[in-house]
Amino acid sequence: MIRVWLPAHLRTLARVNAEVEVQVKGAVTQRSVLDAIEACYPVLSGTLRDHVTQQRRPYVRFFACEQDLSHESPDAPLPDAVASGAEPFLIVGAIAGG
Amino acid sequence: MSNVRVLVGTRKGAFILASEGKREKWEISGPHFGGWEIYHVKGSPADPNRLYASQSTGWYGQLIQRSNDGGKTWEPVGNKFVYDGVPGTHQWYDGTPHPWEFKRVWHLEPSLTDPDTVYAGVEDAAIFRSNDGGTSWQELPGLRGHGSGPRWQPGAGGMCLHTIVLDPSNPGRIFIAISAAGAFRTDDAGTTWQPINRGLNSVILPEPTAEVGHCVHRIAMHRSRPGVLFMQKHWDVMRSDNAGDSWHEISGNLPTDFGFVIDVHANEPDTIYVVPIKSDSEHYPPEGKLRVYRSRTGGNEWEALTKGLPQSDCYVNVLRDAMAVDSLDKCGVYFGTTGGQVYASADAGDSWAPIARDLPSVLSVEVQTLP
Repeated sequence: MIRVWLPAHLRTLARVNAEVEVQVKGAVTQRSVLDAIEACYPVLSGTLRDHVTQQRRPYVRFFACEQDLSHESPDAPLPDAVASGAEPFLIVGAIAGG
Repeated sequence: MSNVRVLVGTRKGAFILASEGKREKWEISGPHFGGWEIYHVKGSPADPNRLYASQSTGWYGQLIQRSNDGGKTWEPVGNKFVYDGVPGTHQWYDGTPHPWEFKRVWHLEPSLTDPDTVYAGVEDAAIFRSNDGGTSWQELPGLRGHGSGPRWQPGAGGMCLHTIVLDPSNPGRIFIAISAAGAFRTDDAGTTWQPINRGLNSVILPEPTAEVGHCVHRIAMHRSRPGVLFMQKHWDVMRSDNAGDSWHEISGNLPTDFGFVIDVHANEPDTIYVVPIKSDSEHYPPEGKLRVYRSRTGGNEWEALTKGLPQSDCYVNVLRDAMAVDSLDKCGVYFGTTGGQVYASADAGDSWAPIARDLPSVLSVEVQTLP
């Protein structure tokens, strides 16, 4: 299982309290994890990436294993520690706005 | 006795204010969707317990929320707004072509007859319709596909379709307004559209009487007289007596004819309200005095309404969707400010009192008169 940490507003929206777990078939990448999240929580579709372009929203960041993975290819493998469930995949709202 | 429900959208959530028909004591619920920008909340005329809310942030994009119990509980519905076909381009601020990009929903207008049908006015400007209670959305592409689309350009707040007015006497007729493209009308339920800007004069345009490009801020109509429209433009208050085919100015003795809101008394079609704002760069009332102006003659002759409103050191704005009326006798008038106050008058504007004082900056105000 892949552990995913959602920002507070999206936890409220998805009606979950904390970290969630999703099952990913095949390679564990940003795209496959986000696909799995949207399949489990359809209300999050469009909140992390654009409906049409599938591009990450500019103020959404992806962290894992103390690395900023936001600018990695969505099809690049995520760290082994994420794939094994040892570390969570962190989805973070950027520090911006007011 | 009737009740009144005021639906308030703010920069940091939605609030619902409720009162009995005397409109003396108010209960406030909220914030709903705390931390999110709520551009608009509106109830269905066909089912007052059916509400729709536009919820967005710069972080997580757009959501639409729906309530079936008057705002006690909500459920997110569809948020997929995809332009029909190849989006094309409009003008950017520097005059260069810029691709259409969906940003947010500014205005939700439920059908007059079907609670499951609702229109959405969006930025970048387009109109969408849902026939399934907001679950799915389809663009009415004839508007954006009007030949003038490549000449539309954003106002300071973005290129937004912010006003949707449905004609109660003609289901096929809809009026919309876009900043900064102008006003448009369809007579075939959204298949084809025509600009209705004849008579508008905008000195900020290289061609002041151009077919499109006008920064229309708001259009209002009285349901008993749908051919008569009132408009608050970037500058100028305007009136049309032929469903927008032509407009004439009715600014008359207003201290400034810049502003955002305009609305019509629920029971007197010739009584209209505006809130004059000093200028397009000074978005606050002239002389620091918050004054609603009322015309009982359909324009040109205006009286200042000040009782109960701050008459010194007031520098708030009243945004385009932030005024509404109830349908009681006497008519209630409501508006919200960027300072977080919601003011109400239970006597058609003769006197005012704040019914909420310290909300986040108010983006929109709508009113439901409940049996």
